[in-house]
Amino acid sequence: MEKIYITSDRLDSQTCIDMVSDDGSGGLVVFIGNVRNKTKDKSVEFLDFESYEPMALKEMQKIADEAISRWNLHDMVIHHRIGKVPIGEEAVIIACSSPHRKESFEACEYAIDTLKETVPIWKKEVFEDGEVWVSAHP
Amino acid sequence: MKIKITAFGIAKDIVGGKHLELEVSGAELSGVRQELISQFPDFGKLASLKFAVNTNYVDDSCQLNENDEVVLIPPVSGG
Repeated sequence: MEKIYITSDRLDSQTCIDMVSDDGSGGLVVFIGNVRNKTKDKSVEFLDFESYEPMALKEMQKIADEAISRWNLHDMVIHHRIGKVPIGEEAVIIACSSPHRKESFEACEYAIDTLKETVPIWKKEVFEDGEVWVSAHP
Repeated sequence: MKIKITAFGIAKDIVGGKHLELEVSGAELSGVRQELISQFPDFGKLASLKFAVNTNYVDDSCQLNENDEVVLIPPVSGG
């Protein structure tokens, strides 16, 4: 399994945890971005993700490299799902580990915040009566 | 010159397909932006429109070559 990975299959948090587990790391943080059942008050049926995969992988790798070096992590894994993702399933999983917890908490937050700004992946919310590309318009 | 464009997300909906060839004057990427907005005014309504060439973000002063693939990056929304 790759550390930086895009797939249309279901993501697995245990796989991500196992990949960053390390005897020298006392702190291991996992962020899971799940598909929520509503936006504002509107019911969402599912999300549909699209990626520009070669560039998305490259940008995800840059985030992991920067996080590992800035917070001196043991390692970081970023897995993102594309295609149709049902309510309650994982769209993204980020896991990282470090000797102490503070570094991993900060690094994990940095990674998801930066992913949402730089990684070329797009999410469409599909409602009963239509669909919307998220964040496309101001 | 002719520039090959690839579109994702809402940009794909705006141009009506994933691929497009655009005739632009000059080699600067800014010409592509102007031509796109003039042919497809909906691009002007987006929160942002970035470009990538060869899987790297580039700014509007980028000089294009005939065979470059220019990728339209509308506001991203991963995670």
